[in-house]
Amino acid sequence: MKRVAYVLGLPVVLFAAWYLLSAGSESFYAPPLSTILESFGKTWTLDRLGTDVVPSLLRLVAGYALAAVIGVAVGVTIGLNRRVRATVEPVLEFFRAIPPPVLVPVIMLFAGIGNGMKIIVIVFGCVWPVLLNTVEGVRAVDSVQIDTAKAYGISGPARLGRVILPAASPQIAAGLRQALSIAIILMVISEMFAASNGLGFTIVQFQRSFAIPEMWSGIILLGLLGFGLSLLFRLAEGRALRWYHGLRDAQRRS
Amino acid sequence: MRGLTGLAGLLVLVELLPRLGLVNDAYLPPTSRIAAALGDELVTAEFWQAVGDTLMGWAIGLVIAVAAGVVVGIAVGAVPVLRAATASTIEFLRPIPSVALIPLAVLLYGTDLGSTLLLVVYAAFWQVLVQVLYGVADVDPIADETARSFRFGTWARVRHVLWPTALPYVFTGVRLAASVALVLAVTAELVIGAPGLGKSIAVAQTSGAVPLMYALIAVTGLLGVAINLAARAFERRTLAWHQSVRGEVPA
Repeated sequence: MKRVAYVLGLPVVLFAAWYLLSAGSESFYAPPLSTILESFGKTWTLDRLGTDVVPSLLRLVAGYALAAVIGVAVGVTIGLNRRVRATVEPVLEFFRAIPPPVLVPVIMLFAGIGNGMKIIVIVFGCVWPVLLNTVEGVRAVDSVQIDTAKAYGISGPARLGRVILPAASPQIAAGLRQALSIAIILMVISEMFAASNGLGFTIVQFQRSFAIPEMWSGIILLGLLGFGLSLLFRLAEGRALRWYHGLRDAQRRS
Repeated sequence: MRGLTGLAGLLVLVELLPRLGLVNDAYLPPTSRIAAALGDELVTAEFWQAVGDTLMGWAIGLVIAVAAGVVVGIAVGAVPVLRAATASTIEFLRPIPSVALIPLAVLLYGTDLGSTLLLVVYAAFWQVLVQVLYGVADVDPIADETARSFRFGTWARVRHVLWPTALPYVFTGVRLAASVALVLAVTAELVIGAPGLGKSIAVAQTSGAVPLMYALIAVTGLLGVAINLAARAFERRTLAWHQSVRGEVPA
């Protein structure tokens, strides 16, 4: 009971405060929350969700999944080879340091402004944190474990799948979490640049036509989307890394 | 040493790909042309103005975000009731992508520095806040109770027990926030058109100055690397007394 009050208390208070304070608002930019909520229902109908939100999400998922696969595959390859790692590490650090949104104009040159461009932008932005974290994770695998596996003649795919990847997975998960927020940012940015549908496009359209309540409803929807995706990720991570969190707790207690 | 080979390899690769006709050189100009464009740009006042604008937005935003993050983090983290009451709100607000605020920033501030600051502060604040909260939670209860037994006041406990414990976390937060702040500063300039490197990139793109665009992008990357290195060096110097840094020095 007390926990529920703690979880819900402040959000309810903030929401109520926003509602009440904005109730009689005459300000053009900050309309009453009741108006925003009303336009939320009107704007984000099932039809709209189908034409704008679903394409955005599909591009997000496609780009993110591709980046995860490429990042882990290349990261393992680099992480296992000391010489390759020392050679390419500065290059990778440089690519990671480039703010991902500036890749949008570059990739527009190559891939035009279609779905392909948006997916490539997401892949290009997300791949670095996954890749670098995988390299770190693979590098930090306990050498006793690897030697033991070698001594038992566990080699090739079995060693990769049963020793190296599980040991590196907490690090990889950390990289995937960073990549998720980058993916959402790039999804929105690429649509703000050049698109005919999608969430980012629609919100900028509202802003340019001064449809303020609709714009606010779009911002709220984006916020909910970000929150929902990170919640999903946490659940998935909690399941996949249950053994790891259990191990950590046990170590902390002892 | 090997790293230099890697970087040289990248430069040679970018030179050869368009020269051999594998990539259209209208899309990816060879390194030499990018370098020439960069050389021309380095002597113009506009370029340094743009770099200055970007760094200004980055620095002001970062300072505000760090100050706010540390104050709010310590206040919330040190009081258990506040901590419990705000946890869900923080978890909800943190993943909201800062780019969602772009339309709002445009309406409120147009293409001024204010737009950049709004996005930078919003994105960087959470990085600092969350780290400070972790840091405050890490305080050794025995140290805290000892301080209480010696009748340390609230302020003295914050200063002598809480702050030294939280400091390494604060630095981690600042380091993360510094790179996020650069990303958001450049993004705001690119998308909104606030003055700075991002805007120069957008202008180069629309006017078809492809080598210049690549040169400017490389500059943003170098800025990012420089900020990363500087943050690490600063952390090392200031935390030289701390176990996490001392432990790394080979005995």
